[in-house]
Amino acid sequence: MSSTPVVSVRDLRVYYGTPRGTVRAVDRVSLDIGEGEVLGLVGESGCGKSTLGRGILGLLPDGAVSDGEVLYGGRNLVGMGAKDLRRLRGPDLGLIFQEPMTRLNPLMRIEDHFRETLEQHESGLSDREIRTRSLETLGRMGIPPTRFRQYPHEFSGGMRQRIMIALALVLRPKLLVADEPTTSLDVIVEAQILGILSDLRRSFGTALLLITHNLGIVAEACDRVAVMYAGKIAEEGDARDVFGDPAHPYTRELLRSTISLETDELHSIPGAPPNLIDPPRACRFHPRCPSVMVVCADRDPIEQRIDDGRRVLCWLHGPEERIPEGGTEPLEREEIAVADEA
Amino acid sequence: MAGSKGTSLRQYALTRLALVLPMIFILLTLVFLLMRVAPGDPITASLGGHVPPAVVNQIKEQLGYDRPIYDQYGSYLSDIAHGDFGTTITDRRPIGDIIVQNGMATVELTFYAMIVAIVVGVTFGLLAGRYRDTWIDGGSRLFGILIYATPVFFLGLMAQLFFGSYLGWLPTSDRASPLVEATLETHTHIYTIDTLWNGDWDAFVDVVKHLILPAVTLGLVTAGVFIRLVRVNVIRTMKDDYIEAARARGIDERSVVYHHAFRNALVPVITVVGLTVALLLSGAVLTETTFNWPGIGKTLIVYLQNRDYAAVQGIIVVFALVVVVASLIIDFVNAYIDPRIRY
Amino acid sequence: MATTAEPVATRAPRRLGGVRRALAPVTEARGMARAMLWIGAGITLAFVLIALLAPVIAPYDFDTFRADGKRFPQLAAPSSDHWMGTNVQSTDVLSRLIWGTQTELKVVIVSLFFSIAIGVPLGLLSGYFGGKLDRILVLIMDALFVFPFLLLAIVVAFLLADKVGQGIVSAAIAITVVYVPLYFRVVRNHTISIREEPFVEAARALGAKPFTIVRKYVFFNVVQNVPPLATLNAADAILTLAALGFLGYGIQPTDGAEWGYDINRAVSDASSGIWWTGLFPGLAIVLLVTGLTLLGEGLNETVNPVLRKRPRMKVDLEPVPLDMEPL
Repeated sequence: MSSTPVVSVRDLRVYYGTPRGTVRAVDRVSLDIGEGEVLGLVGESGCGKSTLGRGILGLLPDGAVSDGEVLYGGRNLVGMGAKDLRRLRGPDLGLIFQEPMTRLNPLMRIEDHFRETLEQHESGLSDREIRTRSLETLGRMGIPPTRFRQYPHEFSGGMRQRIMIALALVLRPKLLVADEPTTSLDVIVEAQILGILSDLRRSFGTALLLITHNLGIVAEACDRVAVMYAGKIAEEGDARDVFGDPAHPYTRELLRSTISLETDELHSIPGAPPNLIDPPRACRFHPRCPSVMVVCADRDPIEQRIDDGRRVLCWLHGPEERIPEGGTEPLEREEIAVADEA
Repeated sequence: MAGSKGTSLRQYALTRLALVLPMIFILLTLVFLLMRVAPGDPITASLGGHVPPAVVNQIKEQLGYDRPIYDQYGSYLSDIAHGDFGTTITDRRPIGDIIVQNGMATVELTFYAMIVAIVVGVTFGLLAGRYRDTWIDGGSRLFGILIYATPVFFLGLMAQLFFGSYLGWLPTSDRASPLVEATLETHTHIYTIDTLWNGDWDAFVDVVKHLILPAVTLGLVTAGVFIRLVRVNVIRTMKDDYIEAARARGIDERSVVYHHAFRNALVPVITVVGLTVALLLSGAVLTETTFNWPGIGKTLIVYLQNRDYAAVQGIIVVFALVVVVASLIIDFVNAYIDPRIRY
Repeated sequence: MATTAEPVATRAPRRLGGVRRALAPVTEARGMARAMLWIGAGITLAFVLIALLAPVIAPYDFDTFRADGKRFPQLAAPSSDHWMGTNVQSTDVLSRLIWGTQTELKVVIVSLFFSIAIGVPLGLLSGYFGGKLDRILVLIMDALFVFPFLLLAIVVAFLLADKVGQGIVSAAIAITVVYVPLYFRVVRNHTISIREEPFVEAARALGAKPFTIVRKYVFFNVVQNVPPLATLNAADAILTLAALGFLGYGIQPTDGAEWGYDINRAVSDASSGIWWTGLFPGLAIVLLVTGLTLLGEGLNETVNPVLRKRPRMKVDLEPVPLDMEPL
């Protein structure tokens, strides 16, 4: 793909403490996002993808600890001072959230939201400049100038999400993280928003990290996809390749569970999503994996690169020299107990 | 659903006004019934022992207490609609006059008390909410609780003892020194305004000195309510989603706290300001008794002691109307500030 | 206020089960909420003990003005004979303070009990069944609620004075009347919001009779709100009672001692610089009300999930194991 990635994530860990123990939400994740690229990040609820998205921007709740590297523009965002991080949010990095209904201040007009953002990062702009730039971005989102002075509650959910996107893009960031942006919207609106998002490279030159649990929209809108499970990346590569010929058993299972018009039988992955406080030993997916081998319950899998530039975290793809004698034998295990508390 | 600010506010105003009328009606009826709950008639109750029976009957006739109850109710309502609140039994003063003269005294007192309450209460409440769980929070809350727990008459008493008897700095009763009281040309009956109107600086200072102890006492006690409320609202608001979204856009913490959190947190506080009017009225009764302030509260107590039902009825009706009007105004202010309410 | 949506129970919720569930937030309380809770409880308990043990610990009766044939000094400053001095009627201030505790707590507990006993069921029924009864009740309660508590209490006490005579009973009734709308309102609002919850709808769909639903599901949820409300209400009621006493509508001096009444008497002492007759009863009020408020606020913080603060835990980032190849 492109030469220098916009963002390079290396060995990122994000843990936070709860009364029941430490949650390993993101456990050594590495990713590259290229310029103008759309990278999809999929996984079940609670796999840590939201935390990863926010971790990249440094927008984590109190008490979360992070470690590793998030390289942007030659600097490591992990451990960067709050002030410097804040300056990057807006002009360089953007984040849009799942629930557009509550993400705008009900007492402020749309105009005020834009003015605040623009003035925060570029002081000394004239009113006219603010207006022009805001309206231009809003216009690309399909919001007419006549509604610039309205309040958030006068807009529908879909329109509020477009306003949020415009607000995030008005300063032309290099990377936009979208955390489940269409989950709370109906299907038709979802398609419109997706259309906007997948087009960001052309219209704004912005790279997009699209976080979702919906495989369908990833297949439609993304160049590459990373599949996340229990805080780790299970598989990552070109979207067509990953979906056409999944390398990781989890990806395969996810695709089989997707419902389409051809579905005549419902398939689900047995067991429950893992507990991030006390995840399964070795390979995190091994209790639920249909192709599990002896080594999977014994040693942590090592990331491999396979032919088409994909990365997989699975013993099925070797490296063979690291698997002990008899490790490739299928693992006997009891029937997976019905949904133990995750 | 685009609508210009003006029309929707007007619509809201009309709807609200319409809803208020039944409430007023019920209150008036309740007051009327309450006053007639006692056996016998009000005249005998208040004047019975002191005045010969023939005179009592005469007054009864004059003031209409011998008519059937429906009749009395009818003229009661129509009188109020015309702004006539009746006449007292014991000293035959038109209640309207009492309202104006003593009422203004109370208005002056509660106005300055409210300023004290808001300044102290909102400041400590904002601090407590922003710095939650630090010593600032703990200190402000403790202060708020202690202040609330202190009866206004006790605080007033201690203030009188300390600043009045012990230090001798401030006067401990009345609105003004006897000389000023006697020579003041009243226009609005609000002494701080009147003295300035007359250009009498010495009188102004005298009046202010008399205001300090009662207003600060009443204000401090009321501040306790604000501290608690503002703090809770700030905490709630800081958890709102748009706060996080603002941070995601790189808005600095200071702006987030002041322009988003505090502003939004204060919106419900406006409502409480309205409710506090009710609080202040009852506080005023106690404060006026303690400081011998000739306001409507103290007047009510005196008439209560004399069992002057007509006076009590008239004054309570005015109280009720004031409270309702205040809540109406608060609702309008709320609708103006928070555009969501108008629909 | 808190809405803990309990899932549809597969068996009838045990009485204790509900109580235990209700108490859970209290045992989990941390930080300031916990401090407030326990300090408030401590203070309140102390006062309750004083009230119960009054006959034992008070040096004299509340209206004793002589002992051993000798009349007590009038307006005497605190001394070894009278720790808090005497007042204008030559009665011992300390004794009146102790007996006053009994009066305050007696009246407030009885009144609040009745307020709750009347307000909560009415609120439940009104909220759940709605209809005409609800509309009428709401109108009346709102009209009463709009009135400042004290003024209402004064008016009620004043009216009752003719029928029942001034004193404990009229004060108690006045306080009861004043706070009924409060409980009614809170309970009704909460009931209405619970009524629409899916699990109640499910119960209805399963054919449960209305009273059963109210009893088993709605009641326990709503009742969790009452203790913090009642405690804070008690604090307010003490203030109202003292205010009534101050204005002369409280206890008659022959019935018992009352702090507000004593402060009223102390006002005329102020000009002579006599401070002990007013200071001690006043401090007693402040202390008791503070204790109750701390208790109530502590309960509120623990029960209300919006304000509950998640405890921040220490996190250890274990070092990356060396035998793993870098990814």
